[in-house]
Amino acid sequence: MVGIVGYGAYMPRNRIRVEEIAKVWGADAPSYKRGLMLEEKSVPSPDQDTITMSVEASKHALRRAGIDPQEIGAVYIGSESHPYAVKPSGTVVAEALGATPEVHTADFEFACKAGSEGMYVVLSQVEAGHISYGLAIGADTSQGAPGDALEYAASAGAAAFIFGKQNIVASVDLTYAFMTDTPDFWRREYQYYPRHASRFTGEPAYFKHITGCARGIMEKAQMKPEDFAYAIFHQPNGKFPMRVGKMLGFKREQIEPGWLVPKLGNTYSGSSPMGLTATLDIAVPGDKILMCSYGSGAGSDGFIFTVTDRIEEVRDMAPKTRVMLDSNKNYLEYGTYAKFRGKINKITE
Amino acid sequence: MRDVAVIGIGMTKWGELWDKALRDIFVETALLAIDDAGVDHIDSMYVGCMTSALFVGQEHLASQLADYLGMGPIPAARVESACASGGLAVKQGFLEVAAGFSDIVLVSGVEKMTDVGGDQATYALSTAADQEYEGFHGVTFPGLYAMMARAHMHTYGTTREQLAHVAVKNHRHGALNPLAQYPFEVTVEGVLSSVMVADPLRILDCSPITDGAAAVILCPLDMAKTLTDKPVVKITGVGHATDTIALHSRDDVTTLNATAKAGEAAYQMAGKKPEDIDLAEVHDCFTIAEICVIEALGFIEKGKGGTAAESGLTALGGKIPVNASGGLKAKGHPVGATGVAQVVEIVKQLRGEADKRQVEGARVGLTQNMGGSGGSTLVHILEVQ
Amino acid sequence: MVTPARYWREIPQRYRLEAGKCTRCGKTYFPPRLVCACGAREFEIVRLKDEGTLQTFTVIRVAPSQFVDEAPYAIGIVELNDGVRLTAQVVDCDVEHLEIGQKVKVEFRRIQTVGEAGILCYGYKCVPV
Repeated sequence: MVGIVGYGAYMPRNRIRVEEIAKVWGADAPSYKRGLMLEEKSVPSPDQDTITMSVEASKHALRRAGIDPQEIGAVYIGSESHPYAVKPSGTVVAEALGATPEVHTADFEFACKAGSEGMYVVLSQVEAGHISYGLAIGADTSQGAPGDALEYAASAGAAAFIFGKQNIVASVDLTYAFMTDTPDFWRREYQYYPRHASRFTGEPAYFKHITGCARGIMEKAQMKPEDFAYAIFHQPNGKFPMRVGKMLGFKREQIEPGWLVPKLGNTYSGSSPMGLTATLDIAVPGDKILMCSYGSGAGSDGFIFTVTDRIEEVRDMAPKTRVMLDSNKNYLEYGTYAKFRGKINKITE
Repeated sequence: MRDVAVIGIGMTKWGELWDKALRDIFVETALLAIDDAGVDHIDSMYVGCMTSALFVGQEHLASQLADYLGMGPIPAARVESACASGGLAVKQGFLEVAAGFSDIVLVSGVEKMTDVGGDQATYALSTAADQEYEGFHGVTFPGLYAMMARAHMHTYGTTREQLAHVAVKNHRHGALNPLAQYPFEVTVEGVLSSVMVADPLRILDCSPITDGAAAVILCPLDMAKTLTDKPVVKITGVGHATDTIALHSRDDVTTLNATAKAGEAAYQMAGKKPEDIDLAEVHDCFTIAEICVIEALGFIEKGKGGTAAESGLTALGGKIPVNASGGLKAKGHPVGATGVAQVVEIVKQLRGEADKRQVEGARVGLTQNMGGSGGSTLVHILEVQ
Repeated sequence: MVTPARYWREIPQRYRLEAGKCTRCGKTYFPPRLVCACGAREFEIVRLKDEGTLQTFTVIRVAPSQFVDEAPYAIGIVELNDGVRLTAQVVDCDVEHLEIGQKVKVEFRRIQTVGEAGILCYGYKCVPV
């Protein structure tokens, strides 16, 4: 049996409210809040990026896993905001954790699906017996162009999972993947902000792939929505995961524990993985959990987990996701946010 | 070892000397010292300079300066110990004469700081800290001394006003020094309302960015009496010590160990005690520095340094006038020049040439020049013969 | 300016708080040294505790060139729970209300960014707990 032996999340303490962004661009905040079901989002400080958040989330996962970092055989980081265009994030994280040099690292990129991608691959490595433990991270400090709809959601956060065969807190019962070539969202080389195809990102992209993945994995597992205690779907805004859940026959209560987006925003590669951490924080032994990520371009990775008795022992060994979400917040004005996110052009030497 | 005397001094007005290159300000003061001594040649020279590379892009300084002084091919060396470079040059000149290698030695200190912008100057000065374990994290020199100040206030109850009194006193002295960069008085209120640089230190707690040089001529004491009619000043004590480069490595960040050690060595060599000193020029790069220095030199009990300026103990007319020249605070702080300029001031005072700021009857003076956050210190004791 | 080799050489200390503990007298040095004050030259590498107490601090308002965009920022001397002291920025706090004695934990952060196209330098900062 292979599964998660430790998990952890991390998010910056800075937030910006939808109203604060809307005020600058003359947008109608109440309609954004209602339409996208977004209230505020996390914002990284200038000293936080995908690498630093990955390290902190992984430290939390290591505490829950209770293993020596030297036992980690692979470190995979999924992100669309790797700080370097060329030079790995994974080596920094592996070095900071003390997992080097006998470790395989790789950086993944697949829009918002890169985190679950790392989970998918590292799981196979453990299952095949190539490594004893593997670490997969989904992390992003995503950027929305100023004034674009994406700016209200694009946020920062990370989730880390250590997979292994012993001391499992949630076994992986089944995986499934659903991919097609669908250009709904992209960022070309040397471009600072991503572009998207507006409403095309909905039905033929997000909804088609998540429903395809969820139906495929449930059919393969011979399970129905009511068999799951919880379900986590990628959260680009508040509305989409609730709507896709309803389309698939899930109830609001199954989705809500992992539905972080109204207060967190879309953490891209961190989105559904962070939802999973919040769900594990409250799950009880025996609970079945469905997670379907979504990455533009496009595809969805599906996982079915069963929570084990060990969850009770490890839950409190690191900060819980919703505690981080709800405490120690620091609200920014748009000017500070713009400075932090490099949206202000300064003279450079 | 031969006894060593100071027979010539030179210093020009300090400040933002836009029209002068480093070599110009050096040569001007060197010529003043040579003329003051009445000598027609020098046998060798030492120049103290912290970082001509970062400020003006020039290294190989000693040769360049000997050349522009027209004294080549004499042996010339530049020495560096951050802000104590000038003090170190004095010590090296002393050793050269005492050992008999040279008879007439020019000792100069120089720094040209205004050719770079403020943040570059802040960076250049920060290289005197541990680059990888202090500077890397964004600490600045005002920041390091601010951490000492906060600890001193926390441990000994030193007040923000007491820090301000150091600046007020030194500006009061500096207003009497025509060569000072900022020869004007400031008030406690003025200090307390000036711009914050590194809490709790404000801009008027800090010594300024300065272009300047100072020079002295040393020779054997025996020869001094034949070369000059002026009162001969003898260097009777030399102390030199180091401390950890990083402030965080010290057991107590309010104690300047190197200053205490260098002070002890100089006192012992001169056969003097703190109470024998008539006046002192000390390294008040920040107001808190003067407080910690006078404690380390034994002028006041540890922890009580904050009271000295306010009570008048260290003011002109007080028991032990400190920084009659205005100190680094008002006179300016061209870092490599400071240690030499302190000797210039003490010699002026001991000769009775200090005009309005003259300490009456001064016979024994002390200089204390410090590098970094106290990682190096030079103390010299001078006595008029 | 930080260069790649200079940065890389300090990685064990910056990323993992690796220190040298004298095998004779037990004194711990951060960063590790080649010789101890006791004269011994044998050390074992230990990882320092990642929690500590603020001993003193300041708020830098006039920053060196590489840190100008981050000012004002707090920086202090922290004594880690194993007694070793280091200098680090204190972030995620209200710099106007920081106090000596504040308990902090170490977090992995970006410390410096070399120009527009240079390396990114990571290391430790402290966060109040």
